[in-house]
Amino acid sequence: MDKKYSNAQLIMLVILRVSIGWHFLYEGLVKFSNPNWTSIGFLVDSKGLFENLFKAMANNIKVVPFIDFINLWGLMLIGLGLIVGLFSRPALISGIVLLALYYLSHPAIIGADYMMPSEGSYLFINKTLIELFAMCVLLVFPTSKLIGLDRLVFRNPSNKS
Amino acid sequence: MENTNDRKEKSARFSRRELLKSLATLPLVGAFAYGYYKKNKYERILNSNIISELGMNQNSIEFADKPVKGKLIRLGLVGYGIRGEQLMRGAGFAHPEWIDEVMKSAIENPSDKRYDEFIEQEDLNLQVNGICDIFDVHSDRAIAAASNNGRKGTSKAVKGDIKRYKTYKELCSSKDIDAIIIAAPDHWHGPITIEAARNGKHIYCEKPMTWTVPETYIVRDEVKKNNIVFQLGHQGRQTESYIKAKEAIDKNILGKISLIEVTTNRNSPNGAWVYPIHELASEKTIDWAQFIGQAPWHEFSLERFFRWRCWWDYSTGLSGDLLTHEYDAMNQVLGLGIPKYATSSGGIYFYKDGRTVPDVLQTVFEFPDKDLTMLYSATLSSDKDRGKVIMGHDGSMLIGETLTILADRESTRYGEKINQKIIDPSQPIYSYIPGRKNVDAVSSATEKYFAGRGLLYTYRNGKRMDTTHLHIREWIDTIRSGGTTSCNIDRGFEEAITAHMGTIAYKEGRRVEWDAEKEKII
Repeated sequence: MDKKYSNAQLIMLVILRVSIGWHFLYEGLVKFSNPNWTSIGFLVDSKGLFENLFKAMANNIKVVPFIDFINLWGLMLIGLGLIVGLFSRPALISGIVLLALYYLSHPAIIGADYMMPSEGSYLFINKTLIELFAMCVLLVFPTSKLIGLDRLVFRNPSNKS
Repeated sequence: MENTNDRKEKSARFSRRELLKSLATLPLVGAFAYGYYKKNKYERILNSNIISELGMNQNSIEFADKPVKGKLIRLGLVGYGIRGEQLMRGAGFAHPEWIDEVMKSAIENPSDKRYDEFIEQEDLNLQVNGICDIFDVHSDRAIAAASNNGRKGTSKAVKGDIKRYKTYKELCSSKDIDAIIIAAPDHWHGPITIEAARNGKHIYCEKPMTWTVPETYIVRDEVKKNNIVFQLGHQGRQTESYIKAKEAIDKNILGKISLIEVTTNRNSPNGAWVYPIHELASEKTIDWAQFIGQAPWHEFSLERFFRWRCWWDYSTGLSGDLLTHEYDAMNQVLGLGIPKYATSSGGIYFYKDGRTVPDVLQTVFEFPDKDLTMLYSATLSSDKDRGKVIMGHDGSMLIGETLTILADRESTRYGEKINQKIIDPSQPIYSYIPGRKNVDAVSSATEKYFAGRGLLYTYRNGKRMDTTHLHIREWIDTIRSGGTTSCNIDRGFEEAITAHMGTIAYKEGRRVEWDAEKEKII
């Protein structure tokens, strides 16, 4: 094993990983089970530097189904991967990319007012960004090869502990 | 030998531990699935409980996909101002410059779908054979639009030799015209409709149906006597949410209705009828005497010509122009008919530009036989959106592009379900979003926020349609296949009388009464 954690460290890191996975999976499933769901509303409500780019995406009939597909399956697969600890590294990296896109389209900048009222108050840093950083932490403190299916998948027979 | 056995045992023990660590978080997937199932079931039960209680059809409205096929209908147009140009587009004839403009705009702003919408608009198999506009520039533009069959921009459109009639009478008596669209100023609606009906032409007339009370009766008689297919220009009749609202009212979801509140809010010179004056307009290019018609004589005035809605001499004010849209929507949803009483108040409070019609108006209509009041409230100097609200004992309904029904906290019908927490009076028990595949009571928070602002389901699911086009299409379909239009002459009669009652009440400062038996305003 390339990482040595105390039991407490390992448990807390796994709890963090599973919680984020749970959140992703449910966000994905909610969209999956709603036949009317589309990313258009979210994209149209974009603000900040990349506002025009996201709005242009929303208005492109050919691009929207692709964005919807990536979001829906991306969220579900990332979520599932993090909960069971399978392919955690690619799951974390894609999750970080998704969250970065969400943040860039809805940054917590001064003067930005979104349709969905937020449950808290944010200045630059919001919960999307915190979740993103939490995933970065998980990326540098990996746990899936200790607790998770990656332990089975990436098992090295010569490496015995 | 012993050693190997030992190692095997060790490795087997190790595998079990290894497996356990690998699968440690797997049970959480089960926990997740269970939670998801429970939550879904809860929402399903909630939804089905409310929907079955309401008895509403869960499907969206199905419209006939294609217009009725039939032989070519030859059109004539009277009036190619702002509205005339929109109506011509609704019939499929756009001015090449407009095509240029919307093509350019679509490139700059991808969310501007006007060009796509127009190009996808069904061909109604129409041909414009004559136009009549007393302003040379408008008349020229009308010809360019009318001959633009191919829906092309200026570089490709070819201007045809469509006949310009100098008077509406000549146009109405023309043998090669079957149907006429009237978009002249208010004081011309009645006379042109009467002339067209007497010549057996089918009529699409802009609202309000008439400018004076006496001509209202003549219009109705002539249209009926000559079997004219008549459509009054309340294109709101085609709005999906209004059609669904009627279904909810017919199912008595709101309980006993006692008050309706409808409103107009605008806040721009354009919204207050201060339209631009064309640079080429002059006594030479405008047939002023014909403009005046039955109105009191006034010397030539560009302001009066382009901004005629600001003077009673040619206009019906807020009553005829905007109250009628609101009234007709409620007449469509509730079948109100003509009110028994009308009272009005208001004044010229913001636009002190010499106009004679009020820019703030409140009109109250009483319907004692239906035990309800309709309140109309308008201002041309505040853009606050107040919408249309129907208030009943069991619930209230908010009608716009979308439709929202809320249960009333003190409702008799929903009281028990409110107590059982099945119905939450602060959340819609029913919401309808045009273009969406199905209807439900429990939609996600995100969806409600976006839908309420009209952002969803406009670009993607189904086609977004221009209601003016649909209204013209219904008129053309009816000419071809028989039956009646949604805003036919009877609805038009109700609309005109109701608007006149509001205007008389304002001008004379008294309560105006309708004698239904004698069909007279007293």
